[in-house]
Amino acid sequence: MSTPLILLILAIIAIVCYVVGTRHALAIAGGVSSKLHSRPGYYGTFVALCAVLPAAIILAVWLIVSPFYINSTVLGGFPEDVRAKSQAEQGLAFGMVSSLARGMDVLTLDEIDSVGADPVALRSALGAKGLPLAGDPEPYMVESAGDLNAMNKISNRLMTAIVLIVALIGAGFSYTRISHRFRARNRVEKVILGSLVVASSIAIITTIGIVLSMLTEAGHFFGRVPAWEFFFGTVWDPRFAAAGATASEGQFGLIPLLLGTLYIGFVAMLVAVPVGLFSAIYMAEYASPKVRGVAKPLLEVLAGIPTIVYGFFALTTVGPFLRDISSKINGIATGDFANFIQAQSVLTAGFVMGIMLIPYVSSLSDDIITAVPRALRDGSLGLGATKSETIKKVVMPAALPGVVGALLMTASRAIGETMIVVLAAGVAARMQLNPFEPMTTVTVKIVSQLTGDLEFTSPQTLVAFALGITLFVITLCLNIYALFIVRKYREQYE
Amino acid sequence: MTDAVSFPAGASAKPARRDIGIKRRYAAERRFRAYGIAALSFGILFLFILLYSVVSKGYTAFQQTMITIPVEFSEQIIDKDNERATDPSKLMTANYPVVARNALAKVLGVAENDRQGLRAVNQMISDGVRGQLRDMVTANPQIVGTTQTVSLLAAGDIDSAFKGQIDLTVSENNRKVSDQQVGWMNQLAESGALGKHFNTGIFVNGNSSRPEAAGVGVALIGSFYMMAIVLVLSLPIGVAASIYLEEFAPKNKFTDLIEVNINNLAAVPSIVYGLLGLAVFINFMGLPRSASLVGGLVLTLMTLPTIIIATRAALKAVPPSIRAAALGLGASKMQTIFHHVLPLAMPGILTGTIIGLAHALGETAPLLLIGMVAFVANYPTTPMDPSTALPVQIYMWANEAERAFVERTSGAIIILLLFLVVMNVGAILLRRRFERRW
Repeated sequence: MSTPLILLILAIIAIVCYVVGTRHALAIAGGVSSKLHSRPGYYGTFVALCAVLPAAIILAVWLIVSPFYINSTVLGGFPEDVRAKSQAEQGLAFGMVSSLARGMDVLTLDEIDSVGADPVALRSALGAKGLPLAGDPEPYMVESAGDLNAMNKISNRLMTAIVLIVALIGAGFSYTRISHRFRARNRVEKVILGSLVVASSIAIITTIGIVLSMLTEAGHFFGRVPAWEFFFGTVWDPRFAAAGATASEGQFGLIPLLLGTLYIGFVAMLVAVPVGLFSAIYMAEYASPKVRGVAKPLLEVLAGIPTIVYGFFALTTVGPFLRDISSKINGIATGDFANFIQAQSVLTAGFVMGIMLIPYVSSLSDDIITAVPRALRDGSLGLGATKSETIKKVVMPAALPGVVGALLMTASRAIGETMIVVLAAGVAARMQLNPFEPMTTVTVKIVSQLTGDLEFTSPQTLVAFALGITLFVITLCLNIYALFIVRKYREQYE
Repeated sequence: MTDAVSFPAGASAKPARRDIGIKRRYAAERRFRAYGIAALSFGILFLFILLYSVVSKGYTAFQQTMITIPVEFSEQIIDKDNERATDPSKLMTANYPVVARNALAKVLGVAENDRQGLRAVNQMISDGVRGQLRDMVTANPQIVGTTQTVSLLAAGDIDSAFKGQIDLTVSENNRKVSDQQVGWMNQLAESGALGKHFNTGIFVNGNSSRPEAAGVGVALIGSFYMMAIVLVLSLPIGVAASIYLEEFAPKNKFTDLIEVNINNLAAVPSIVYGLLGLAVFINFMGLPRSASLVGGLVLTLMTLPTIIIATRAALKAVPPSIRAAALGLGASKMQTIFHHVLPLAMPGILTGTIIGLAHALGETAPLLLIGMVAFVANYPTTPMDPSTALPVQIYMWANEAERAFVERTSGAIIILLLFLVVMNVGAILLRRRFERRW
């Protein structure tokens, strides 16, 4: 039976169990539900859970484990000379076997008889059914494919039988447990609580997944390229080797990418921090409620615009504008109308990213500034300070730890930002300090190494995971440090 | 203060009161204030520049130049040997562009042996007419041999020229439309055969290498699948996790860890989730690349922290008196939460969910890594089929060199922004309508 069908049957069993359990509980109580410990529905739910839950768990485990077992058995059945070959070749052979097995399911018995044991005829027969094979199968493959089909069939039958039997046993057992004093509600609530715990541990699982997946893939990469060459290398030249060619490994130096990332992030912060901070100060301290009510949502719209839109804006509007204006300035100054700002440059990407970051800076600092107690301001104003003096000398120092935390969080966003730099920063990994020239970032290289055809064994692909873990660690440190600062600050006025 | 100083009578000869630099300080005050206004205006100004640049480039994408002319479905060209009864594939492979070209040439009065003229005529019609005429003929083979009035898609360059996006003052050699073609275009426009129509194609077509025939239909379906998956997975999981953390979790190391974790996950760069999806869902679990299922799963993981944070805030906002009342009437803790607290917190939870979904809808970077940058021209039927997403489509078009794609890209951005506006306005209305102040 196919898995969706089994699931459907389980769902039907659950519904039947619920109805039967509820009725049975009411019947035991003689129709007076107050005689029962729990409300009748809980008995029904209990029966349904007992029937379906263990069965579903067995089904899931079986579906995950059985392919591993069957595949290794089939691989073990390959002839000695095939098993002596490399992993990749064994994988190819296994791929052939599994497509053969799929094909043999499609063929009717008569067709299999007519083809007999002739692999070439088998291939053409499968081709006619719309299942082309990559090459002529060898005789042992046909045999293995037969084994594979047989084992899959047995496994499926066994699984169906066990799952359904377990469901029926669960239903029968829980049905007999129903009585006046049986605490069905407590049991059901325990299951609900369990599912709540499972749901909240998904956050942990995600983190573990991120760290483990990147560590393993990055580990493969560091097996090919020494870690110190990656972390301290100053040349980025991964050299996409042509298929089959194994000559050059390329150089994977992180430093130029990191430099580009930090440089563009720095330019972005140069735009975002003053604009964001002054906007926040103005909105928190000066603006009338009316102005604030209009300006704050407008600034927050900037945060809601997808980054791909900013990237397109940088690519088609800001970049060409800066290029043209630079050529005009150059022309007026020297008479030579060559542009000195490239359309894709650190400045373009940094500037547009800065605009994107304004609302992050402003709304985070706005909250922090308004959280500074009124009394501090009143004290300062009462002593004759002007409003701006109060802000500069009293409010900002009090808000400083929180603001620094907010800026660190913003910086981590700038470092992890992808789409703007992909479209506006360029792809050349260079080490230079001219903001008018293109540079590239860690995120750009992750994207460019992983789009297109992938081969999970080449360092050209695996390097993306090493870059990813670097990015993850940097942003994580920035965020933890920011949280630490913000928490420390928060305790001051409580 | 001036009053207080001038109080002593006859003290007018005294030197002016101590200079505390009031003028300088007030100037500094005004300057400071001006900085604030300048910063705020800078941010808002750029919001409008951004929107203006997108809208001014993109609004024309919703109109498409069409050429409406009588087309003769000539038997000579489509089915010379009269084989269509026995061999239906004849109708599939017939040379339809020539049919369209001849029809236009006839209207324009270009002779059938004027090869250069015919080539110029051919360049005025989109190559998309091949599919259009083929579909007409296969749907109704009777029309072969008759003449029908058909609206043909104009070529991308003619479309741009007609919308005035091509500078016709530059030398003929430096632009993609010749003077002859512009003349024909004006002639057709005057006769009413050529005109702008509402462009339904941009909403329903799949991707195409020809800008005039390219649309975001496939991307919309892909985005829809992903949003459905994100909603179905992240809302229940997020709500369950928040209920546990907010209502049940004991204060211990483990729950502390979960909490720090969730805050950090919300700040992890989105591209890292793409790497996770690539390594776990595609490489380890063997799910198909480019499938909206994988995209949905990745975006779910990305959205979960947002939803959890919003849900916890909403649960916290429900006053303890509600809980106390339910518990006092004999409800169990579970019943209290599911029957009373959760329904009251629902508007806040839904608002957070919609905002999380809107964020996920605009997310591009993780989708690039799981192979959604694929040229997909056919509609996906299940979430396992290759598809693409709206922001990824924008990214792909932004990389196209052709001028006409800038217009398409901006048009697609407008569609994306409209969706985001609808979602965010929905969230705001939901909050206004159902939010309670206790």
